[in-house]
Amino acid sequence: MYVAVKGGERAIANAHAWLEEARRGDPALPRIAPEQIAGQLTLAVDRVMAEGSCCDRELAAIAIAQARGDLIEAAFLLRAYRTTLPRFGYSRPLETAAMRLIRRVSATYKDLPGGQILGPTFDYTHRLLDLAAAAGDPPPAPRAPADPAAAPRVTELLAREGLMAREEASDAEPPDLTRQPLPIPAPRPARLQNLARGDEGFLLALGYSTQRGYGNSHPFVGELRIGWASVEVETPEFPFPVDIGEIPLAECQMVNQFHGSAGAPPQFTRGYGLSFGHGERRAMAMALVDRALRADEYGEERAAPAQQEEFVLLHSDNVEATGFVEHLKLPHYVDFQSELENLRAIRALKEAAE
Amino acid sequence: MSGVPGFSYAYLDEGTKRMLRRTLLKAVAIPGYQVPFGAREMPLPYGWGTGGIQVTAAIIGPSDVLKVIDQGSDDTTNAVSIRRFFRRVAGVATTERTTEATIIQTRHRIPETPLREGQILVYQVPMPEPLFRLEPRLAETRRLHALADYGLMQVRLYEDIVRHGAIATAYNHPVMVDGRYLMSPSPIPAFDNPKMHRMPALQLFGAGREKRIYAVPPYTDVVSLDFEDHPFRPIRAPHACALCGAADSYLDEVLTDDSGGRIFVCSDTDYCATRQAARQAAE
Amino acid sequence: MIAPGFADPTLDSQATFRALLAAMSHPGRVHPAGRGLSPPAPLTPALAAVALTLCDADTPLWTDAPEEARRWLAFHCGCPFAGDPARAAFVLPHGAPPPLDSLAQGTEEEPHLSATLILPVASLAEGAGWRLAGPGIAAEARLSVAGAPPGFAAAFAAQRARFPRGVDVILCAPDRLACLPRSLRLSEV
Repeated sequence: MYVAVKGGERAIANAHAWLEEARRGDPALPRIAPEQIAGQLTLAVDRVMAEGSCCDRELAAIAIAQARGDLIEAAFLLRAYRTTLPRFGYSRPLETAAMRLIRRVSATYKDLPGGQILGPTFDYTHRLLDLAAAAGDPPPAPRAPADPAAAPRVTELLAREGLMAREEASDAEPPDLTRQPLPIPAPRPARLQNLARGDEGFLLALGYSTQRGYGNSHPFVGELRIGWASVEVETPEFPFPVDIGEIPLAECQMVNQFHGSAGAPPQFTRGYGLSFGHGERRAMAMALVDRALRADEYGEERAAPAQQEEFVLLHSDNVEATGFVEHLKLPHYVDFQSELENLRAIRALKEAAE
Repeated sequence: MSGVPGFSYAYLDEGTKRMLRRTLLKAVAIPGYQVPFGAREMPLPYGWGTGGIQVTAAIIGPSDVLKVIDQGSDDTTNAVSIRRFFRRVAGVATTERTTEATIIQTRHRIPETPLREGQILVYQVPMPEPLFRLEPRLAETRRLHALADYGLMQVRLYEDIVRHGAIATAYNHPVMVDGRYLMSPSPIPAFDNPKMHRMPALQLFGAGREKRIYAVPPYTDVVSLDFEDHPFRPIRAPHACALCGAADSYLDEVLTDDSGGRIFVCSDTDYCATRQAARQAAE
Repeated sequence: MIAPGFADPTLDSQATFRALLAAMSHPGRVHPAGRGLSPPAPLTPALAAVALTLCDADTPLWTDAPEEARRWLAFHCGCPFAGDPARAAFVLPHGAPPPLDSLAQGTEEEPHLSATLILPVASLAEGAGWRLAGPGIAAEARLSVAGAPPGFAAAFAAQRARFPRGVDVILCAPDRLACLPRSLRLSEV
């Protein structure tokens, strides 16, 4: 006689035991310590911090190890942890103009105050797979003496000339997407929060599409700055803001042409990208998408995918996306059965009519 | 009160529970309206019942008895996983019996045993917006709900009739709640829709990824959309259950070999087991 | 010295919420609330339990209760006080309440952005009084309310014309509560 299938706790427990074993890999090889991941797979850690929206290298490294290197799974682990953490307060806005820079590139000026700093970049490396990488440690890299000259933001230099659209300063409390649903239409702070933790691949593809004619975009990297920014908080105990440490950031300001409208003279406009960690590709792609989403603001037609606010913002989150795509493997046989019966009934109707 | 050390009772912190509870009261006060809420990341993936889990976590207490079903069954893997989650984080008593449960969290089915007053049915909802296949833009669907303008859906159902001779939605068939809001019944088979109408139990719907909660209070009119000359008709496979003989329950089709052999069995495993036990006792 | 709140914040607020959820789901039913609480007057155990269960830093509260009661609410709920009842998420009057239609009603698109009125009354009893119908009620329910402000029932019945906009009401007798969701059809006898 037929006996119904049972999913059962034992099957689940066994599957998870197998997962443990697969995660560990060959026991003859040493286990990778989270400190090694945090110290050596730094850009993987940066991506998980950004998409996990939690700036903590150690937690991100633990998540990467637990996720067997699946960075989306790692971002999910980090998010599910961060949501349980108590909130002690809110920092003051970060002053990225005063960042401690390790890299700073402008594509719009040959030289500028503060100079160009290449920093630890893949740019200009020849992508030859280094089969001897394990051979030994590299010698220390040469360092230039620290340049005391300030590095003002390029966009600020343009704005002073009146050639760059000014951003409106606002003290309004920004929405918090980790606590509230995304408001639609989304104010720019909500948009930027959403993009800052959006999937890097999604941002990259959308940003790329704006360069290929899907969206009215003529971008220049006004400035890309990578380094560390101080985090300051105000506390009732002290009359001045307290510096509680530095976080790694990548910031990109894309400069775009704008032909002007009835109300505004021709000028440059900008798209903004900011990311936890040193993910410069993410910051650049985000800046392209941010500018594309400002279409309404500049009276541009919203025709391209990257300009469709709901489409972009509601599909950028890889934790949401992976959950819903992957849920298709859960049983759906009740609904499938109703479709089967429906199909049979409709077929019967048709045959009876013929 | 038991739970997991380092985590709150029922996993969520008290502030999150308050937010969910405020949302639930608004949802009950405006039957069928989707209330946006600040859904949290849960330790289970979006799309796997995070909305239902958040609703259950916000309402559950030590005197509750929880039943979790997926596809009508207590034994499907995700139901097992969610039941285990609440045992761990809330130390709550669980059951597989529909009649013993105070809270039933479900995906895709309404139990066959009629629910009674005082019970709460929590649905896991993937897409709360009934119009999403016709109009994916949230700003636009919000406007249509405000105007109670459901012409799009009427047209869609009418086109089905023209093309197929009958309304072709076999599951997730839209309903009108208290004559005002068009609502997605979550993807339950159309067979289950009539059970929602004036149900004595409270029905709560949680969509975590889409960040919406909605509700149908007890004894509320829930009417499946149809036309006078093409009335709504719930569909079930025209067979009796091979295990308990039920001719009134929703059936799963099970393939028994690769040459067309199949049997039909109740999707509601508790209903089926109860009937089988009663039959055995009578013999 | 501020009087204590819930003895067990997690379980007491869960129990109070379930009473509220049942009351909102079955308008006219009366549930006990606030056992073990002794907040400063004019707060009653039921009012205090409702505030502790629903109000926090995210919900501006309007109240004209005297200073000691406000201090108790601020300390235990951490809620900001709204100066204007129209901007409050919760309205907890001590004297004559602000007119229902002066409170936040929500919008046609977002009717949930409306106020909830937590209204102190002298007593609540089932089976007589106002006639209630609508979602949550099998046929008809009766609710007898002593000490409701004059004109309240008529004002509540009138707001049905604004549905889905409208104010939801939690009626609090000293140790019990009942709810009037905006979906209710209410008539005075």
